[in-house]
Amino acid sequence: MKFSLRDLNVWFGSVHALTDVTMDIPANEILGVIGPANSGKSTFLRTLNRLNELKPNFRMTGDVRLSGADINKTDVDLLRKKVGMVFALPLPLPLSVFDNVAYGPKMHGVRTKKRQKEIVERALKEAYLWDEVKDRLDTPASKLSGGQQQRLCMARTLAVEPEVILFDEPCSGLDPISTAKIEDTMLRLKANYTLVLVTNNVHQASRVADKTAFFLSGRLIELDDTDKIFTAPSDKRTEDYIGGRFG
Amino acid sequence: MRRLKEFVLQKIVLLCGVASILFVALIFLFLVKEGLNVFKAVSPSHFLLGRSWYPISEPAQFGILPLILGSLLVTAGATVISVAIGVACAVYIAEVARPAVRETLKVGIELLAAIPSIVLGFIGMVTLVPWVKKIFHLPTGLTALSGSIMLAFMAMPTIVSIAEDALHAVPRSYKEGAYALGATRWQTIHRVILRAASPGIAAAVMLGIGRVIGETMAVMMITGNAAVIPHGILQPVRTLTATIAGEMGEAAVGSEHYYALFAIGTLLFVISFGINVTADLLLHKRRS
Ligand SMILES: Nc1ncnc2c1ncn2[C@@H]1O[C@H](COP(=O)(O)OP(=O)(O)O)[C@@H](O)[C@H]1O
Ligand SMILES: [Mg+2]
Repeated sequence: MKFSLRDLNVWFGSVHALTDVTMDIPANEILGVIGPANSGKSTFLRTLNRLNELKPNFRMTGDVRLSGADINKTDVDLLRKKVGMVFALPLPLPLSVFDNVAYGPKMHGVRTKKRQKEIVERALKEAYLWDEVKDRLDTPASKLSGGQQQRLCMARTLAVEPEVILFDEPCSGLDPISTAKIEDTMLRLKANYTLVLVTNNVHQASRVADKTAFFLSGRLIELDDTDKIFTAPSDKRTEDYIGGRFG
Repeated sequence: MRRLKEFVLQKIVLLCGVASILFVALIFLFLVKEGLNVFKAVSPSHFLLGRSWYPISEPAQFGILPLILGSLLVTAGATVISVAIGVACAVYIAEVARPAVRETLKVGIELLAAIPSIVLGFIGMVTLVPWVKKIFHLPTGLTALSGSIMLAFMAMPTIVSIAEDALHAVPRSYKEGAYALGATRWQTIHRVILRAASPGIAAAVMLGIGRVIGETMAVMMITGNAAVIPHGILQPVRTLTATIAGEMGEAAVGSEHYYALFAIGTLLFVISFGINVTADLLLHKRRS
């Protein structure tokens, strides 16, 4: 198991955002996370790299382990290096394509230009962006298309050599063709990484996820193989949500 | 009827806008007209680069290089000090401090802005000047450094509040993006936030300095007021502004001395205009 969560509860002030979440996330799989807005999907995801801590009124109880080690006892910067994240809106830093990808490695102490070049090339190839940008590594990242920017953000995350990559609705601002490319990339990445994909689009989960978790009002309602969730869910609420009867 | 009202109001506002520009233009013209007269007595290069300012000796000498250098030295010192402290303070307020501390600090800085400059000058004279004298073992504490420190304090409120705005305007997602890559808080601040906010911070510094470059009385009180070419920041200097303020009362209207002071005024006008325009350009760059 990559991640194991036991009785996770999260509060923001008086808002109880997650209630008694217990689950395991196996390595080298894609876990899809679905649920209506405000059901706690992002909060769940941000628990895994401790990004919730940036919010001042955050509080949590329960046990979250990455490869057996309590994440709250791990050095937070090291944890976030191991657990990368791609956000909903592609947000390249105001730098060139190359510098965006080299950014993380530089920060973590990769000094020589040669080594940086190797890392950038590998990361861009892993994100299936290399062929599209290899001749214009020096152009500002903002000149790329939306889909390319999102894959650039994936490359930026891959460049720090994470074990897990978290995606928070990574395709919400993209057209269907860019979305297909991102999904394709995710499917190929799963050989080397563990992926957690929060999506507001149930079809996306059915296309790429191995297992799918359904959240409702901060509770994990059901977690099972994607096929099972989409054909024969055991909970009525899962069935209603997937059938579009609420949400 | 409503149309008419709109029309009239619009024209009135336009008139006010035009009037303010007109006034500035007239002031500038007046300064230039009076100032140019000095060049009947002394060539532009002797005026700007002359090393002696003896306006009332016989023959009078109108070289303002010592004054320019005095102003430069005091302002440069103030810039270094206020940038270092002001930016650090803005970062602390915007990124590090807890909400309660943040509010207290903001109030404190607004209070600092509310102290009249002459009062700061007075406090500087009785506290800062003796310290400088003692710490550096100088014959007098009335030095360019004392002026720089005091001007830095005057520029600080402007710098801190505008720089803090610039830091707040950095998209939150940049910050989260950096943290998500495993950046430490310090790496995030100095590689992402400060970098993204740098045009705004530069503008903050320029506006802060623009505000104090015309500062006169307080500087006159604590810089020693000696119109000689300074060889270091620990020497007495005299600034352009202090010269005008100190000598305008004695200069006979229409004398060469009088015109020389106007020429100094013109120079000051051009300098602070240049600084403000640059700051404006920087702020616009940030918006677009
Ligand atoms: N900083 C915060 N302060 C208060 N409530 C918050 C904060 N962040 C999230 N919440 C609440 O937590 C719940 C879960 O939010 P979130 O995880 O963003 O849901 P989702 O991603 O499924 O839309 C929501 O009710 C939301 O209002
Ligand atoms: Mg969300």
